[in-house]
Amino acid sequence: MPGKTLYDKLWEQHVVHQEDDGTTLLYIDRHLVHEVTSPQAFEGLELAQRRPWRTGSVLAVSDHNVPTTEERRGGIKDAVSRLQVDTLDANCDAHGITQFKMNDPRQGIVHVIGPEQGATLPGMTVVCGDSHTSTHGAFGALAFGIGTSEVEHVLATQCLLTKKSRNMRVAIEGELPGGITGKDLVLAVIGQIGTAGGTGHTIEFVGSAVSALSMEARMTVCNMAIEAGARSGLVAVDDKTVAYLAGRPFAPRGDQWERACAAWQDLHSDVDAVFEKEVVIDAGAIEPQVTWGTSPEMVLPVSASVPDPGAESDAVKADWMRKALAYMDLPPGKPLQEIAIDKVFIGSCTNSRIEDLRAAAEIVRGRRVSSQVKLALVVPGSGLVKQQAEAEGLDQLFREAGFEWREPGCSMCLAMNADRLEPGERCASTSNRNFEGRQGHGGRTHLVSPAMAAAAAIAGHFVDVREFGGERLQ
Amino acid sequence: MKAFDQEHGIVVPIDQANVDTDAIIAKQYLKSIKRSGFGPHLFDNWRYLDPGGPDGDNAGRRINPDFVLNQPRYQGASILLARENFGCGSSREHAVWALDDYGIRAVIAPSFADIFYNNCFKSGVLPIVLSEQTVAALFVQVLAEEGYRLRVNLPQQTVTTPGGDAFAFEVGTFRKQCLLQGFDDIGLTLQHAEAIRDYERRRREQVPWLFEQ
Ligand code: SF4
Repeated sequence: MPGKTLYDKLWEQHVVHQEDDGTTLLYIDRHLVHEVTSPQAFEGLELAQRRPWRTGSVLAVSDHNVPTTEERRGGIKDAVSRLQVDTLDANCDAHGITQFKMNDPRQGIVHVIGPEQGATLPGMTVVCGDSHTSTHGAFGALAFGIGTSEVEHVLATQCLLTKKSRNMRVAIEGELPGGITGKDLVLAVIGQIGTAGGTGHTIEFVGSAVSALSMEARMTVCNMAIEAGARSGLVAVDDKTVAYLAGRPFAPRGDQWERACAAWQDLHSDVDAVFEKEVVIDAGAIEPQVTWGTSPEMVLPVSASVPDPGAESDAVKADWMRKALAYMDLPPGKPLQEIAIDKVFIGSCTNSRIEDLRAAAEIVRGRRVSSQVKLALVVPGSGLVKQQAEAEGLDQLFREAGFEWREPGCSMCLAMNADRLEPGERCASTSNRNFEGRQGHGGRTHLVSPAMAAAAAIAGHFVDVREFGGERLQ
Repeated sequence: MKAFDQEHGIVVPIDQANVDTDAIIAKQYLKSIKRSGFGPHLFDNWRYLDPGGPDGDNAGRRINPDFVLNQPRYQGASILLARENFGCGSSREHAVWALDDYGIRAVIAPSFADIFYNNCFKSGVLPIVLSEQTVAALFVQVLAEEGYRLRVNLPQQTVTTPGGDAFAFEVGTFRKQCLLQGFDDIGLTLQHAEAIRDYERRRREQVPWLFEQ
């Protein structure tokens, strides 16, 4: 019998019951909840007069809707957003669910605070009504996004009805050149395999380049597994995982910690494990990435030019490219470095952790945001990230350069609050989706790493961060 | 869950690959705490030429006459024909609620994003995977013939054209039964409550730290 993949192991440990056709009742260890995808689930529970099965497994936070300006200390002005946030507060209070309220320093984007609190642990199953739950796979946890009916199902039963995916391995071998980050790496992977490349699969990221990544960068990579079509991304547990978690508030302590660390040693794929799909990528060849279209797979190295749909042989694809370029208002052949930007957004569950802010701050140190740029925002992923950054003086570097320094939340990643693009505006963004209208009706998004976004803010257009003092960055 | 058996309805074609859930239901409508009322905002960014507010009032908005949902011939459609990787992106179930609220009962595409595919079953919307060639042929037929209808038969797992061509599709037996009967998933799962408790007892011994909070 061949060995098991990490995914196989995590799956098998959580099977409660299996139907003949493979439909499985999978046990859920950690349920993260936010305000946008949960109200209907709580309502459903109440209508059926059910109670949550195990409230201790739930951790809730409002992040999508919350304002990021100081004024939120006095509450949310927008009545519709306020209702959604208040509804989560009321639901958590009613059921005794642990929640970080908006002005709690531990509040932040759900995928930032889970790991930060040690609420995401290796070997867990982690779900959340949010597709970027894949982020937590960086800890050797089986983590994936679910819909609102499934949120209700997990609340009521602690289980999910689901089927096993196939195994896919993406090996990134070699060494990332200086200035190339986890974000560039994952964008390059998506550029190569496409946004449906991982559909029906769980992707395990392996290889020397992945081992060399920090936990923050591994989270960035797993975060965007969903943009590669996979519900879950995984990285095996190693010393970095354990070191990151030690002492976190929700992490086990004392002899429990020792036992847990011992159990986590097995959380990797066996050497003879079989993957249905495999991709190998040369880390050394990856350049800083910039998306040019309306899908994350529409991505190229910053040295490239906007592609020509006329050169695409697949008619459906060529048509899709034409639509994207019309929306983005870009002519084929235009060098990416000549694309001027209106706004810059450094934030989101992809890139709002301390390491991301450090990298961006390093680039802006002693420089000024271009006068062409109307707004440059830095939105830390959590209150604790914000505190840490302030302790390091990063907020000063950003402010002096002309950036706005905000309160934590999803912010301009999806523009459910006041932070957004106006029609036609172009943004260098560290988020994960460049879909039409994602950052505001008619807004145009280019996905980049934090250092690339910072450099674009200074230059007023995209530049190669390595020619901007970024080659020293890891 | 709403039951599904058969559907014979007008087909509306969305001729674009990788249609994401942001396009199906735009974020400004996710602020609702209800499950209903999303239909008027299905494909909002494509249906209207100006942005809509979260109050959900469409009166006075400029309609995009080129978009299929606004064309008279597709009014009353209950089957949506789409290209590959339909429903990618955000996990928002609001996308399915919007389709359902609009009156779509089945979506046919060469492939779906995983979370969207799962979400469909929860609202009794049937996602049907047919081969790329078949879907391409259906696009040609829909565009050629006004009032074009397809017949979807879940018990037999077939999609039949007006010309009588029948195409078989796959659906898991468990899901099929749930959909045919309109079962409540949670009720079904709670029949296994004892097994869940047993599992928890075992796990608590093996990995007690996961049960501490
Ligand atoms: S930051 Fe963006 S992608 Fe992440 S959870 Fe918030 S809205 Fe979703």
